[in-house]
Amino acid sequence: MKHIISILMENESGALSRVAGLFSARGYNIESLTVAPTEDPSLSRMTLVTSGSEEIIEQITKQLNKLIDVVKLVDLAESFHIERELMMVKIKTTIENRDEIRSMANIFRGKIIDVTPSTYIIEMTGPSEKLDAFIAAIDPDSIIEAVRSGATGISRGEKGLHL
Amino acid sequence: MELSGAQILVQSLIDEGVEYIFGYPGGAVLHLYDALFQQDELKHILVRHEQGATHAADGYARATGKPGVVLVTSGPGATNAVTGIATAYMDSIPMVIISGQVSLPVIGSDAFQEVDMIGITRPCVKHNFLVKDVTKLAETIKKAFYVATTGRPGPVVIDVPKDITAPNIKVPYKYPKKVSIRSYNPVVTGHKGQIKKAVELLLSAQKPIIYSGGGVVLGEASNELIEFTKTLGYPITNTLMGLGAYPATEKQFVGMLGMHGTYEANMAMHDSDVIIAIGARFDDRVTGKLDLFCPYAKIIHIDVDPASISKTVKVDIPIVGDVKPVLKQMLELIKESQKKPDKKALEQWWNQIRHWQALNCLDFDRTSPLIKPQYVIEQLHEVTKGDAYVTSDVGQHQMWVAQYYPFDKPRHWINSGGLGTMGFGLPAAIGVKLAFPESEVACVTGDASIQMCIQELSTALQYNTPIKIINLNNRYMGMVRQWQEFSYQSRYSHSYMDTIPEFVQLAEAYGHVGMRISKPEEVRPALEAAFAMTDRTVFLDIMTDQTENVYPMIEAGKGHHEMKLRVATGTSTDRELA
Repeated sequence: MKHIISILMENESGALSRVAGLFSARGYNIESLTVAPTEDPSLSRMTLVTSGSEEIIEQITKQLNKLIDVVKLVDLAESFHIERELMMVKIKTTIENRDEIRSMANIFRGKIIDVTPSTYIIEMTGPSEKLDAFIAAIDPDSIIEAVRSGATGISRGEKGLHL
Repeated sequence: MELSGAQILVQSLIDEGVEYIFGYPGGAVLHLYDALFQQDELKHILVRHEQGATHAADGYARATGKPGVVLVTSGPGATNAVTGIATAYMDSIPMVIISGQVSLPVIGSDAFQEVDMIGITRPCVKHNFLVKDVTKLAETIKKAFYVATTGRPGPVVIDVPKDITAPNIKVPYKYPKKVSIRSYNPVVTGHKGQIKKAVELLLSAQKPIIYSGGGVVLGEASNELIEFTKTLGYPITNTLMGLGAYPATEKQFVGMLGMHGTYEANMAMHDSDVIIAIGARFDDRVTGKLDLFCPYAKIIHIDVDPASISKTVKVDIPIVGDVKPVLKQMLELIKESQKKPDKKALEQWWNQIRHWQALNCLDFDRTSPLIKPQYVIEQLHEVTKGDAYVTSDVGQHQMWVAQYYPFDKPRHWINSGGLGTMGFGLPAAIGVKLAFPESEVACVTGDASIQMCIQELSTALQYNTPIKIINLNNRYMGMVRQWQEFSYQSRYSHSYMDTIPEFVQLAEAYGHVGMRISKPEEVRPALEAAFAMTDRTVFLDIMTDQTENVYPMIEAGKGHHEMKLRVATGTSTDRELA
């Protein structure tokens, strides 16, 4: 099962490599990983998407908690949460398919953020599955490149991951 | 007080209460060595190879419970230390390793003797620090000691760029008394509800067993373990790392468990209905094949590291906390409880265990004209009255010490359990002897292991650490040969050295006493003579039976109840008793 682990960690050099190194050393799988400083400059927030059995996810969270730089973490999959990922897709366009691509972008609530005579760049956010669905709906030959941020997430309601 | 970085480092170690620092100089730590030269509180032990420094500091730490401290230069100095750091990491030994680094402005430029020590050691340290600001140096050192010695202990590396230690840059110095790290708060006491549940389960057991490990030694909880075990009257087994935490000569002790544990310990584990694991981590050398591990047992597990719980074996009642306070909490509950251990069931259980013990699984051939290694260890135990600190390297000799030297006190059995590092024993013995100059220190080793750090014989002379080296010389890498005999139809691929040095002459060349022993009747007098030379390091080169194997044994893929035993005659043919 897919798990989104959200980690609050010290904003120090090497902290990211400790997390990445832990995953490779112990053979855990990382589907995506995003990291950026928070409103408190001494802290970074990392969102890590991984998958595995309950036992493996339990080990992953325990091992992450053992890292001295990790302040707190939460497995978002355990509660109601919102997941978002940003994607930008550069699509080859022709006179025949420009309308269709535009309406497809609208259906998926994407925005066209760059236009040339032969390309569109579409910006889209949403849960990762929605972005997958958009890619699947487009003719693969027309995609020049697609760039995705990796998923990030936040829990619903009053609860939050903070100091 | 204004000090340079180098002076701060030295003064911080003194203020931390460090007695010895094990090291080797080089370019990146020259400022530091100059500061060391100008003081005489902190004693520096110059080793002959950085691996030796880490093992010596490690041995010191294991014997005393205090953190071992190492100082090495950048590049090769740092990489040479890595094996010793990993050794300490696997056995949760508190150490602080200070490595020199090239100056901050040239980091990343492939400078002379530059290596990414932070990156290299990341997977084998509890934590590491790169010092980028001399004003943070003292605080970083305090943090390193705090992290290394609290919670589940472990090695911590401080990488110090050369310019941080420059003599001309002086900053105010004050060593912090206390330090806190917001992201690091190890749990100490156990959860009361869990402890209550555990006690209830323990008292309702019919076939209980206590399985305790190195955590009891590290957590200084030996007395609590003894009281706990005696109060319950249950059988107890120790892991390789836990030997000595419960007195091995006491009657409730059923021996070590695991791959080369006793038949009775492993059978009792397999048949038990309740296991309490105390400061032990269900290592693969302990469990054997996981699917076959303790099929009837409910498991209680006390460990300071939450990640150790249910890592390989799913446990029923986990208790996260320091072993010592948790055992105290449990003892109180046991004493208060109306419920008492089921006497009748326990008597039956002990009868069963005595039946297994009657098999005498550690028996060996005492009539052989060749020197049996087990006999040497038994004699070592007698000559030292069971009171010595014994270090070992890794292999057959290590297992024979574990089996035939019953340790009655914690911190006396010093060996590399988790990483299995050959070359550990000699430098570790030097570290132990420095800590306890009045105690007997023996290094039991083999002809292959001893050659991995033999240069430290020179260190032993310089610092006058009179240790006794018991070299069980079978002209093989014995454990490799044993596995090749069992699993590879005796194809002894590269487990034999054609050219083994004359160890007696070698010991003499290093300024020590060398003795060669070839007959069983010479063993006892030689050991007595060696230990009588209290001011000399003695190298006993003991020519043992080449074909001797370590029994009993759980072979790969087998369970605790499927041990391979030696036949009573002690010849090299064996049978399966499953």
